[in-house]
Amino acid sequence: MFLEIHNLNKHFATKEGALVVLKDINMAIERGEFICAVGASGSGKSTLLRQIAGLDTPTTGEVRIDGKRVASPGSDRGMVFQHYTLYPWMNVQENTEFGLKLQGVPKKERREQASYYLNVVGLTKFARALPKELSGGMKQRVAIARALASEPDILLMDEPFGALDIHTKESMHEFMLDLWQRTNLTIFMITHDVEEAVFLSNRIYALGARPGTVRKEMVINLPNRSHTVKRHSIFHDYRDELMELLRRHGQEAVAAVA
Amino acid sequence: MSQSVKHRSIRSLIKPKTMRPTVFWRLTEDIPKSLSTVLMVTSIALPLILWWLVTTLGNIEPTFLPSPADVLEAFGRLWSTRELLKDTVASLWRVGVGFLFAALLSIPVGVLMGSFPSIRALLEPLFGLMRYMPAPAFIPLLILYLGIGEEPKIMLIFIGVFFFNSLMVMDTVKFVPKDLIEATYMLGGTRWEALTQVILPHVLPGIIDSCRINLAAAWQLVIVSELIAANEGLGRRISVAGRFLRTDEIFVGLIVIGVIGLTFDLLFQYLLRVSCRWASQKR
Ligand SMILES: Nc1ncnc2c1ncn2[C@@H]1O[C@H](COP(=O)(O)OP(=O)(O)OP(=O)(O)O)[C@@H](O)[C@H]1O
Ligand SMILES: [Mg+2]
Repeated sequence: MFLEIHNLNKHFATKEGALVVLKDINMAIERGEFICAVGASGSGKSTLLRQIAGLDTPTTGEVRIDGKRVASPGSDRGMVFQHYTLYPWMNVQENTEFGLKLQGVPKKERREQASYYLNVVGLTKFARALPKELSGGMKQRVAIARALASEPDILLMDEPFGALDIHTKESMHEFMLDLWQRTNLTIFMITHDVEEAVFLSNRIYALGARPGTVRKEMVINLPNRSHTVKRHSIFHDYRDELMELLRRHGQEAVAAVA
Repeated sequence: MSQSVKHRSIRSLIKPKTMRPTVFWRLTEDIPKSLSTVLMVTSIALPLILWWLVTTLGNIEPTFLPSPADVLEAFGRLWSTRELLKDTVASLWRVGVGFLFAALLSIPVGVLMGSFPSIRALLEPLFGLMRYMPAPAFIPLLILYLGIGEEPKIMLIFIGVFFFNSLMVMDTVKFVPKDLIEATYMLGGTRWEALTQVILPHVLPGIIDSCRINLAAAWQLVIVSELIAANEGLGRRISVAGRFLRTDEIFVGLIVIGVIGLTFDLLFQYLLRVSCRWASQKR
């Protein structure tokens, strides 16, 4: 098993006492899987991703990657944050190269690598632009190129396409699928877009809110991964099942708070 | 979710509002360049004209309020004897040395305080306290410890700048998004690399700005320090002129001090613009 999450619990201390954000999370992910975690806003998705990234430590339980317990952040895991995290004083090219620079890659190689991934996300023309000159979707694509440039074993993404328009989103989907099929990359992606999850992943974890728990694990078997598959009844079945699940738990959560 | 709550319209209570277009009262937006130029010229020219009118029409004692012409003449006099130049150089030298030392120390200290909560906890209470002790109140002590040469004057500027600048630099570090530092860790960066390659460039514009503001404070303190004991300096020039009722020379001193200060300010603003293009508001 490549990525294992064992009985993970996460509490935050607040004024009203301990807030249980994640409760008894268990996940097992093989190398090369494309996993989506879906859940309502506030269900602890970002918090879960931070535990995997090693940016935060679980209250109890553990995360293991390749059998080793995750204790700190590191470049073996590529991360695309929910919010824009480009360095504002670096241009797009420098942003994309920065991880490689930190990892000691010589100038020529990192230039070529960054250029390759900028081309892949369609931003070659903007290599010299500053982040403030880009749209939100373009910034996110730079962040993806930056994460990929380090050739990580696993790519962690927190709602990476939330800010994109439908067409850019679709081309990013195609790109992600192509990347995933060509390489042995493991992808763990967070989203609240149910269709996106069904279309991209081979397995979905549906999270319930307050506290965040795994409500259901769903293996996705689509006949193919082209856009036409979205009109297929299998696709609709998966989507409707997931929607229904989230809706039910959404209502429960509201009832629990009230 | 909230079907049970009845909703009563309060439309009758709502007064619709729209904005009227304006040029002069634009809030934070740019105004036309021509208007801006006119207003900026007015800002200096209007007081000058008022001054000139009051002194020519008002029949005022020149030792009380000299006319612009008197001041210009005094300027020529002090310039030709090279006294003004000597005074200016003396004051500039004190500010330069005192401010440079204070800045060189306070920038790293401030960055460390902002970056490491441990160092912050260690230093902030002391610095916070020192900041509220007015630097001029240290003058008697400085004279006692360092005599009346250049050392107490430079030390005064150092004290007046160091604590303020440290705390202001510390504050700029607060505005570095946490995500940006975490992204650096995820790219394989160490804490040291995050500090030197992410935090430092991010706070550079803030540092330049806080130095700009504190240079103004240093410039004030040098004048104060020279009021006590000095052989030359712009502050000294003013206090001597006061003793001999050379009001025109007081004005010369004040104007020179103001112009030099403004020049520094503009230089820092220019430095900020060229070194941190990414941080400017305009695209
Ligand atoms: N550092 C923290 N301290 C206290 N509470 C926190 C902290 N971080 C997150 N929380 C709480 O944990 C819950 C889950 O937050 P999280 O950001 O993980 O949600 P999310 O599922 O990513 O939501 P969204 O889809 O809106 O991004 C929220 O109720 C939030 O208030
Ligand atoms: Mg989130």
